[in-house]
Amino acid sequence: MKLDSKIPSGPLAKKWDKHRFEMKLINPANKRKFSAIVVGSGLAGASAAASLAELGYNVSCFCFQDSPRRAHSIGAQGGINAAKNYQNDGDSVYRLFYDTIKGGDFRSREANTYRLAQVSVNIIDQCVAQGVPFAREYGGMLDNRSFGGAQVSRTFYARGQTGQQLLLGAYSALIRQVGLGQVQMFPRTEMLDLVLIDGHAKGIVVRDLATGKISSHAADAVVLATGGYGRVFDLSTMGLGCNVTAAYKAHKKGALFANPCYTQIHPTCIPLSGDYQSKLTLMSESLRNDGRIWVPKNEGDKRPPDQITEEERDYFLERKYPSFGNLAPRDISSRSAKEVCDEGRGVGESGYGVYLDFADAINRLGKEVIEERYGNLFEMYHLITDEDPYKVPMRIYPASHYTMGGLWVDYNLESNIPGLFVIGEANFSDHGANRLGASALMQGLADGYFILPYTIGDYFGRVGAQNVSPDRKEFREVEDEVLARIKKLLAVNGKRTVDSFHKALGKIMWEYCGMARNEAGLKKALEEIPALREEFWQNARVLGTSEEMNMLLEKAGRLADFLEFAELFAVDALNREESCGAHFREEYQTEEGEAVRNDKRFAYVSAWEHKGVGNKPELHKEELEFESVELATRSYK
Amino acid sequence: MNLTLRVWRQKNAQDKGRMETYETRDISPDMSFLEMLDVVNEDLTEKGIDPIHFDHDCREGICGACSLVINGIAHGPNRATTTCELRMRHFKDGDTITVEPFRAKAFPIIRDLVSDRSAFDRIMQAGGFVSVNTGGAPDANAIPIHKDAAETAMDAAACIGCGACVASCKNASAMLFVAAKVSHLVNLPQGKVEAHERVRRMVAQMDAEGFGNCTNYLECEAVCPKEVSIKFIAKMNRERMKAAVIK
Repeated sequence: MKLDSKIPSGPLAKKWDKHRFEMKLINPANKRKFSAIVVGSGLAGASAAASLAELGYNVSCFCFQDSPRRAHSIGAQGGINAAKNYQNDGDSVYRLFYDTIKGGDFRSREANTYRLAQVSVNIIDQCVAQGVPFAREYGGMLDNRSFGGAQVSRTFYARGQTGQQLLLGAYSALIRQVGLGQVQMFPRTEMLDLVLIDGHAKGIVVRDLATGKISSHAADAVVLATGGYGRVFDLSTMGLGCNVTAAYKAHKKGALFANPCYTQIHPTCIPLSGDYQSKLTLMSESLRNDGRIWVPKNEGDKRPPDQITEEERDYFLERKYPSFGNLAPRDISSRSAKEVCDEGRGVGESGYGVYLDFADAINRLGKEVIEERYGNLFEMYHLITDEDPYKVPMRIYPASHYTMGGLWVDYNLESNIPGLFVIGEANFSDHGANRLGASALMQGLADGYFILPYTIGDYFGRVGAQNVSPDRKEFREVEDEVLARIKKLLAVNGKRTVDSFHKALGKIMWEYCGMARNEAGLKKALEEIPALREEFWQNARVLGTSEEMNMLLEKAGRLADFLEFAELFAVDALNREESCGAHFREEYQTEEGEAVRNDKRFAYVSAWEHKGVGNKPELHKEELEFESVELATRSYK
Repeated sequence: MNLTLRVWRQKNAQDKGRMETYETRDISPDMSFLEMLDVVNEDLTEKGIDPIHFDHDCREGICGACSLVINGIAHGPNRATTTCELRMRHFKDGDTITVEPFRAKAFPIIRDLVSDRSAFDRIMQAGGFVSVNTGGAPDANAIPIHKDAAETAMDAAACIGCGACVASCKNASAMLFVAAKVSHLVNLPQGKVEAHERVRRMVAQMDAEGFGNCTNYLECEAVCPKEVSIKFIAKMNRERMKAAVIK
């Protein structure tokens, strides 16, 4: 299989313009003859569904939540980047592009990343026009803050609820089109498989989660905006419903999965407090603007923080990375926190935590300013831990947060299956091996508002309207597969609960495929995952029937896919014999513990082809070519 | 902690439903309320009893999915807290806790503690937006917005659409939910253009869905996890008056 990224020729800054001119257009009167399915209603899905409908296409949009407004983009707190240079601090499209590609440790596609930076400015305009209440300065202009991995202030925010406000903006655009009859919305509906006709994606099979009814939906193209797979670690900052199922089913139908091992571990989450825990709560990275991260200098120092003097504290990020300090990128900050905890200097009962201390900022700026900036985050922390962060430093620890890997797409955001588009976190293309803070919201909305609506039109123009019927035999066959799998899940009738299997999988992944990986560990994971999967199919306990609301069945189905996907993840991590971005292989590091990349051997995208469950997937390489930037060692010192 | 739970169980929309009692032991005070229910569900599953169904997703108080009435109060006893954020340390060892779904005529129950809140989406469809298409928006700084106006808009926009306001209101009124959206948008210049049409259409849809009217019980404000103020209901009523007078 030859991977064609379809990057337009010409200078970097002109590629997108040139490509937009070269793409086919659909006459306004003909747009109504085309239909699109959008799976997912987060930032990417909602913005795409709304924008496609505004253009005149017929759209069906599906989400597993009870309302499209609840997609997990809503959890994003800190902000959204855009190269507006409103602060006059030297920002530009090129700088945002460079920061993003450097932040991704030179493992993303130049042309995609540049385009992302280009359209970032339109996103802010669009959101303001929708009524997104971004923070303002006293003169009425938009306020900005700085974020990890950048030395300019380019992050727009709405208190600590930026994701919520952007999602509600995209939701309002979507729901307006629902009201106009241009989008048909299917909430509480889960995609369980993809349907191909003559090699093109032409529909999906879904389950109505309220009634259990299985049905088929056909369209001229399918767009997956189904988010990331961070719940493969069980504990993560994601919503509990987040899953890999839609993307993985597309993978089993032939879509290549790219760079699954690139998963971001976010440095600022509330540490684990017990076995019962269902999720880890993120504390926005924006806190690192004013909070200072430290641990005691001495191993095993268990005194309360106010009894540890300045001289006895190690502000390890400021010490190791003086120019970026507490704003070092996420992968570096997370790994540094792990290191000091592994040395026995971690804080809190478990010893897996570091302090994020606001005492200096409160002294400098006053409590009111800190309250205005982070009030809701402080309250949330207080509520969860029963500790007041205005008085006692917060305790934080890294947690699985975002997945840079995803289905392989070309420059048009189209997978190797024609007619299957993948947008937002579900694709792989823009963040390389590590994502910078406040860039996920940017990418979701860039894909949905400003990229996909053009590129899907080009596909429609090339293949023409097909008016596929969901009654075709291809749909019946896939429906039968879906029903057979559900039946199999219900027939196991074992003893061990689904959640306990998920915890077991999470333990394997966190231990061997987490912040630091090595060959022996990954090989161990590759033994343990299939064994766990086998036990799952023999001993999982799934009660009830499929013809009703059955949340146990939903969970079991998603976990069954994670149990297959986890193996692909480990295979990818084992294959990549280098340390880059969030993928840290212990064998490849300097004496000071910094990552060592291997551009000669690994400056490529690993795109994996499914070869059957339990069989080794086939690797396809997309060599990354860098025309504009020089591959430098990533340094934040 | 050892607790006795009285939980609403209802197989489906047709089933009449009933309260069931479950005992649960060794609950940690650091658990969230939903984590406590997870423990109960693991136990039920092991005994071969269908787990208690409830809506949830983000488990950090922002998605608005969780929706339980705990001891008679929507989202439980703690102010400004969603069910998922509520911790067991707010209860005492030996407590009996009653757990019910959000109930209202416009929120029919699907199963157990899961109710259908799609009426909210239909109200939003009627006018909870600014009618702008993608593309063609002016520069974001082209219209300065007073910081106070932006902050007030944000206070209203903080609504998570959970429906606790409806569940706690004796009239099952959705006024706080609708007022939050109306006020968010009317406080910004972008939303002023369609202000009259918006308030008329959203209120008409609210009535059509079977939500009641506001008679100032203020329960909605008391339970709102995002502390959306009832001053926005007053604001909405003013907007309705304006919309009625100025055609």
